[in-house]
Amino acid sequence: MATVVASADAPRAQLTEIWETPRGLLGTLTSVDHKTIGKRYIVTAFVFFIIGGLEAAVMRAQLVHSNMHLVSPEAYNQLFTMHGVTMIFLFASPILSGFSNYLWPLMIGARDMAFPRVNALSYWTFLLAGIFLYSSFFVGQAPDGGWFAYVPMTARSYSPGLNIEFFTLGLIYLGMSTTMGAVNFIATFFTMRAPGMSINRVPIILWGTLTVSFLIVAFMPALTVASIFLYLDRNIGTHFFDPANGGRPLLWQHLFWIFGHPWVYIVVLPAMGLASDMIPTFCRRPLAGYTFVALATVATGVVGSGVWVHHMFATGLPQLAMSFFSGASMTVTIPSGVSIVAWLATIWYGRPVFKVPFLFMVGFIILFVIGGVNGVMTAPVPFDLQLTDSYFIVAHIHYVLIGINVFPVFGALYYWLPKMTGRMLSERLGRWVFWLMFIGMNLAFFPMHITGMLGMPRRIYTYPSGMGWDTANLIITVGAYVFAIGVLLFLIDVVRSLRVGPLAGNNPWDAPTLEWSTTSPPPPYNFAVLPTVRSRYPLWEERLHEQATSIVDRGPVLDDGRETIGTSALDAEPTAVLHMPADSPWPLLLALALTVVFYALLAVSWTWTGIGVLLVFICLVGWLSPSRTAPAPGEA
Amino acid sequence: MATAAAVLPCNAYASHSSGRWAMRLLIVTEASFFAYLLFSYFYLGSMASTWPPDGPPSLRIAGPDTVILLSSSATLWWAERAIKRGALSQLRAGLFITFVLGAVFLGLQAVEWSQKSFTPQTSAYGSLYFTVTGFHGAHVAAGLLMNLVVQFWAWRGFFSAERHELVSNAALYWHFVDAVWIAVFASLYLIPRLA
Repeated sequence: MATVVASADAPRAQLTEIWETPRGLLGTLTSVDHKTIGKRYIVTAFVFFIIGGLEAAVMRAQLVHSNMHLVSPEAYNQLFTMHGVTMIFLFASPILSGFSNYLWPLMIGARDMAFPRVNALSYWTFLLAGIFLYSSFFVGQAPDGGWFAYVPMTARSYSPGLNIEFFTLGLIYLGMSTTMGAVNFIATFFTMRAPGMSINRVPIILWGTLTVSFLIVAFMPALTVASIFLYLDRNIGTHFFDPANGGRPLLWQHLFWIFGHPWVYIVVLPAMGLASDMIPTFCRRPLAGYTFVALATVATGVVGSGVWVHHMFATGLPQLAMSFFSGASMTVTIPSGVSIVAWLATIWYGRPVFKVPFLFMVGFIILFVIGGVNGVMTAPVPFDLQLTDSYFIVAHIHYVLIGINVFPVFGALYYWLPKMTGRMLSERLGRWVFWLMFIGMNLAFFPMHITGMLGMPRRIYTYPSGMGWDTANLIITVGAYVFAIGVLLFLIDVVRSLRVGPLAGNNPWDAPTLEWSTTSPPPPYNFAVLPTVRSRYPLWEERLHEQATSIVDRGPVLDDGRETIGTSALDAEPTAVLHMPADSPWPLLLALALTVVFYALLAVSWTWTGIGVLLVFICLVGWLSPSRTAPAPGEA
Repeated sequence: MATAAAVLPCNAYASHSSGRWAMRLLIVTEASFFAYLLFSYFYLGSMASTWPPDGPPSLRIAGPDTVILLSSSATLWWAERAIKRGALSQLRAGLFITFVLGAVFLGLQAVEWSQKSFTPQTSAYGSLYFTVTGFHGAHVAAGLLMNLVVQFWAWRGFFSAERHELVSNAALYWHFVDAVWIAVFASLYLIPRLA
């Protein structure tokens, strides 16, 4: 009774007709294809990366020498704030969402994410929240309180403009986008994996993104609450942070860092996952200690959610509390160390092939160790008190974020762009990109340890001569520009690759996981026949002499509409044929309605807020309306 | 043409369905949201010399209001149980009674608000009291809107013993909003009495 079809005999034309988004404007605005959304996330996040980089370039020009006056102090405040907000919220996390969106269904043998329309909504809200934040420049009032916007500096009395409204509302809006993405990843992980892909067989990126999705669901609301309080304090006259009327400025710091510290893991764990999935390909062997790496990923998320007070050692908290958080902060090194040992063991026992993505992996491991060590240096309270708010902290955050986020991301771009575009990037240019970025990065950020220890505070728009900071700052600026040239060269490489890059074929790296079994770029339906998985490395089974036999060239077609297989949460036993939603205008319309709400709140116009909420309600009803024609659940 | 999956049900349902996953996770993140609101309440309370400044709030309205809201969970449970058997008219009745109880809760809450001697601008306690109960009230209002929409579809006859995913999801949300009220009521009204 069951029709299992060989891949070659699958009705591809029919599948394409079912799954393809029509060309033209309407198709562009209504698409729910996870591949399209993933690429949009990556491109949009990269544009923000370039904007954030240009902001940094202006700051480094300002600091190249003592007593420079290229920009005003007010402009400098806006620049460093938007640089931080952009890199942390609009680049580091969304680009990983982009990779996960694009890769997850391909890696787990599915045809889409669990909630394709929510996926489109989370992209549109990300884009519009980013535009909302950046529209502040048009009125000359960009956020200027640093990326953590401490009260009372950001209270109405010290910051009368709209700057902080853009910050609080923008982050609430962006938080909604991030949360919807997280919900989608969790549901996809537990319902959409190919038959047989039990949870101990998924690529590590799934563990990374799953862990951070739980962190987002649990901790994002802390930032939302903090932002709502600040908005109300500034616009309604409440007293959450006002010590004269029973409020406490430290409440902001607690709420912000309860969210803020897990956020650091949110922007690194999926990137570490990408690394764990790339390193085996270039070492020609399975990842050493898969189970330990998966558990370490989850453990980092758990321990990392209990260390937020280490951002607040200088605020006069009780000694005992600080000791506890200091100890917890040092504990985070254990799971991180486990992952590093696993990567080193994979390289040690493998036969490394030094292609460009692998260079980025090696760079990543080196920078991770430096960023880990200078981080653990500040975990003990006395040393932290010495260095808080100095350039040492700037060095640390950049080693962490560039080392554990940007380097894996660039490696991943070299590795997976050929899957997305069908064309390879250049090995030759890629090596230049890597070395320019690696040397530039160390040149720019290593000297900051020294300026920090010499007492240079962060966030000063200029400094007097004779402090002993001049030479280091010159080197830092040169390093930053070398890094920027590396990024520029990467962009040139991408343009070149799109035009004349050699065709990639299905599996240019001879990699082991499912996404490499389909064409590059993949067809709209991902897989002509749905695979069955029996091991972690379905495409390497013959070589590994495993008894397991995954089936990727034969399987069910499911061509009675947009269909894919739903499976059980742990063992991935097939449980249902899922009917997936088609392209829809509601996600974009709902995102636009939400944008009306946020601009109305910015203007403190309750009428328009009401109109916006009404529009949101209409869109939600339109979206959720049950269709009489859809098949009812039950036996097919 | 028979397919390999012909033995599988078409779309997962009940606790396996995708929609149920979304609602559960929405509830987790909303629960976190209220946890941080209450964290702020206790944090500022622990720093204050007298908290609440005017003594514990009266139970004269809030007490009966709590009973009304919790009984609305029972009526909705009764309605959802009905549609699992396909009893559409009992579903409609249950949804309607639930709506009335929820609306009465909100009305009484508004009366209590208007009788308060302080405003959100009076002190940090006032800010928290109105923000916490306000956000809870907004969630009740959202639940009432959901109820209206589901009622509309129930009158149009969309639901049956096999198809009532939207009813179950809306019910789950409503029970959650009631559970949040228990936490809010305990934190704002009962715990101050222990001191």
